Amino acid sequence: MNDTAVTTTPDGRTIGGVLMEMKHITLRFGGVEAIKDISFDIREGEIRAIIGPNGAGKSSMLNIISGFYVPQEGEVWFRGVKRPPMKPFQVAKLGIARTFQNIALFDGMSVLDNVMTGRLTHMSSGLFGQALWWGHAQAEEVENRAKVERIIDFLEIQNIRKTPVARLPYGLKKRVELARALAAEPSLLLLDEPMAGMNVEEKEDMSRFILDVNDEFGTTIALIEHDMGVVMDISDRVVVMDYGKKIGDGTPDEVRANQDVIDAYLGVAHD
Amino acid sequence: MLYREAGDFKTTYVEDGQTFPLKLDRIGYWALLVVAFGVVPFIVNDYWANAALVPFLIYAIAALGLNILTGYCGQVSLGTGGFMAVGAYASYKLLTAMPWLPLPIAVILAGLVTAAVGVLFGLPSLRIKGFYLAVATLAAQFFLVWLFNKMPWFYNYSASGQITVPERSVFGIIVSGPLTSAPAKYLTCLSFLLVLGWLARNLTRGASGRKWMAIRDMDIAAEIIGVNPLAAKLTAFAVSSFFVGVAGALFFSVYLGAVEVGEAFGINKSFLVLFMIIIGGLGSIFGSLAGAAFMVLLPVFLKNVLVLHLGWPTDVATHLEVMIVGAMIIMFLILEPHGIAALWRVTKEKLRLWPFPH
Ligand SMILES: Nc1ncnc2c1ncn2[C@@H]1O[C@H](COP(=O)(O)OP(=O)(O)O)[C@@H](O)[C@H]1O
Ligand SMILES: [Mg+2]
Repeated sequence: MNDTAVTTTPDGRTIGGVLMEMKHITLRFGGVEAIKDISFDIREGEIRAIIGPNGAGKSSMLNIISGFYVPQEGEVWFRGVKRPPMKPFQVAKLGIARTFQNIALFDGMSVLDNVMTGRLTHMSSGLFGQALWWGHAQAEEVENRAKVERIIDFLEIQNIRKTPVARLPYGLKKRVELARALAAEPSLLLLDEPMAGMNVEEKEDMSRFILDVNDEFGTTIALIEHDMGVVMDISDRVVVMDYGKKIGDGTPDEVRANQDVIDAYLGVAHD
Repeated sequence: MLYREAGDFKTTYVEDGQTFPLKLDRIGYWALLVVAFGVVPFIVNDYWANAALVPFLIYAIAALGLNILTGYCGQVSLGTGGFMAVGAYASYKLLTAMPWLPLPIAVILAGLVTAAVGVLFGLPSLRIKGFYLAVATLAAQFFLVWLFNKMPWFYNYSASGQITVPERSVFGIIVSGPLTSAPAKYLTCLSFLLVLGWLARNLTRGASGRKWMAIRDMDIAAEIIGVNPLAAKLTAFAVSSFFVGVAGALFFSVYLGAVEVGEAFGINKSFLVLFMIIIGGLGSIFGSLAGAAFMVLLPVFLKNVLVLHLGWPTDVATHLEVMIVGAMIIMFLILEPHGIAALWRVTKEKLRLWPFPH
């Protein structure tokens, strides 16, 4: 595949050119090499999975994309340009949103307020305008509230809108976190183990939401998952990591047939 | 089932975001305003103005300010007294340097000066958190009091080291100096509280408030949704210090008229305002007012009931006050971190269901 090729998936979605490219990334923590010279790309409109056993370096990879970690070596390219070192809040402004492996919601706020925070990158009224609740500030609030309500409907969490998130069960918290990320209308959505700790039914719901997001909004999604079965069903292409190295990269079928992957991953942590 | 929202449907997002979603609450609020502006000024006497109402109004402004920083943004500050002193001394320097400057303008400018000083002392908050930040603000508290004591320029080289407010009038009514009437003090402070309370409410229900609360609840997640932590913390320091500075300026220029910095704005003030927001409710506008009312009225109540009516010795009543406050702080910190405001909300939720228990 070359960088600009536009392809169509078997189910009729369009996959565009390269949106993000990681080039020869190496990340060390002291003496530990968490990521060793890994390169891969994410194409516009696709669902890209990163799988691998615990400690493989998957979360670290997402943390590099979102600006929490700075790799010792390698380059991050976004929309065809090399990205300079950036803070996470600057990355958010590029249109990259994410969820965390351990839920990172704002516990003191309601579901609605949590999801509203996802709109902050789209809100421009200043401190004075907000303090005086002037036309623009108020109009912006209402406009963004309307967008947030659409996300809330989409993820079917209308009835818990005003509930403090701290009171929600685990599965719903994961969904609210997804809602907050979606509220940003990201061009790239990063999901770190969105189905971890869920029961089968919740996993099915979440898979459906991920597919719907990709389908309806055309959002590019990079997701980490532990559960091989789910990943193979929903993703277009899969990167397989083990001990910080990339051991496979391709369509689910290609990856499934890869002997290294079978040896290193399927044999070991098939839970 | 009189107090309820049934039939009180919200059809727009503007309505849904109202300060008082229930009609009954709105009526109560407007009635309170009518009484506060239209009735109280005509009946208030010197004792009630000076012992209860004026200090309540001023501390409510300070508590709103500290609550924005600590309750909403999660940055603990023990420097409130010092920042009140900045407001007081800024208003003093402005009023004495510019004899034509109206008092309300001087108070607002003093708030802005305090906001700038607050931002300066807020800079370390990017690197240090929690306990260490509290200690840093404590250092600011002692430094500021020391500064105003040691630098004669701040008190215009007066022999006593005190600052004394020059007289000012608004619409022909004296609002500062020894000749100020009780209703004038009360109305000046009430007007400031009304406007600042409204500003605080607007800020905390909108995008700024969400940024602050995001930083408070989880700073890593706040960054990932695009909140610049330094900018969010510094705006909280600025807004908070503005409120506290206005409170300090009013405390000096309208309420007391003359102050000595260590006595009026010492570390005790910092703790007093902190206790107000803990007891009233962290992260709540109503809680700021409730906490200020509680801490101002408790000693007045104890003095009037225990000492004057029941004949208790004054020192026993004072000890009792300290014990009550101490017990309430421990109780609220352990059982209900959202203070009186949360108790009030629970009561209202029960009231909505009344007379059915569930
Ligand atoms: N902040 C950190 N400091 C030190 N070591 C870390 C840090 N984050 C991750 N690691 C290490 O990097 C390796 C990869 O971790 P991680 O990316 O979380 O793996 P995964 O998400 O694939 O389970 C692990 O050995 C982990 O201990
Ligand atoms: Mg992980």
